[in-house]
Amino acid sequence: MVGAGASTSAIILTTFVVNLRHLLMSSALAVHFPGVRRLFLAFFAYGITDESFALNSARFREGGWDRWRALTVNQVTNATWVVSTVAGVYAGSLIPAGAFGIDFALPAMFIALMVFQFRERLHVVTAVIAGGLSVLLSLRLEGNGHIILASLAAATLGLALKAVRQRRSS
Amino acid sequence: MSMEAYLLLVIGMGLATYLPRLLPLVCLADRRLPRWLTEWLDLVPAAILGALIAPSLFTAGTPRALVLGSPELLAAIPTFAVALRSRSLGWTVVTGMALYWLIRSILS
Repeated sequence: MVGAGASTSAIILTTFVVNLRHLLMSSALAVHFPGVRRLFLAFFAYGITDESFALNSARFREGGWDRWRALTVNQVTNATWVVSTVAGVYAGSLIPAGAFGIDFALPAMFIALMVFQFRERLHVVTAVIAGGLSVLLSLRLEGNGHIILASLAAATLGLALKAVRQRRSS
Repeated sequence: MSMEAYLLLVIGMGLATYLPRLLPLVCLADRRLPRWLTEWLDLVPAAILGALIAPSLFTAGTPRALVLGSPELLAAIPTFAVALRSRSLGWTVVTGMALYWLIRSILS
């Protein structure tokens, strides 16, 4: 965007929108940090990514997980990302394009991380709704907006389904 | 772009990525949330991951178009089964990559 001559405010706004889903992730993680000091939260927030979020929420849900382990996940994954990015700039050309199915490493990882979230059937239903909506919206919208819109809508629909089911059974 | 403007841009982008991560934690961690909200937040991880994955399997190109039967989708189905059975991140990624490689070499 700098190369294309975009204005500073446009670039910052785009960055904000692209990162909006982390707002949702941070909210979802907050329930696991009651009474924790702000300094800790400041360090923890720095490492919230799609991947660390998925891993930490699955682990917190299973139990036997604490905030120090979660912080370690965030900081180690972040450090690995920085080191790997630098390594990729220098050594990336050594790996032939498309070798060993490397292009599918990230989708496969996200599939596993999604499966880790499936505790009840409602989580599966919510993920399916989110996927369907996300595909439909992605055909209409440019950029990343479909991810957050589909997530918000699917979580809300999931909650509505749960309420309807509870009302029926009571 | 001047050095000063560039610095401002980097700081602005830093805040735009950091604040959405920090503010909800700081504002919500100490609060007792109503039950509907914790139940809603409990569904958010599954929703985000579903929303992240699906377009990469069912669409392609810019602007995106619906594509059924892409190598990504064909590889995703058995990968999904492996993830369900093994519950292992490592196994899922390794078998997923191998399957994708195999499918691409068969199709090409």
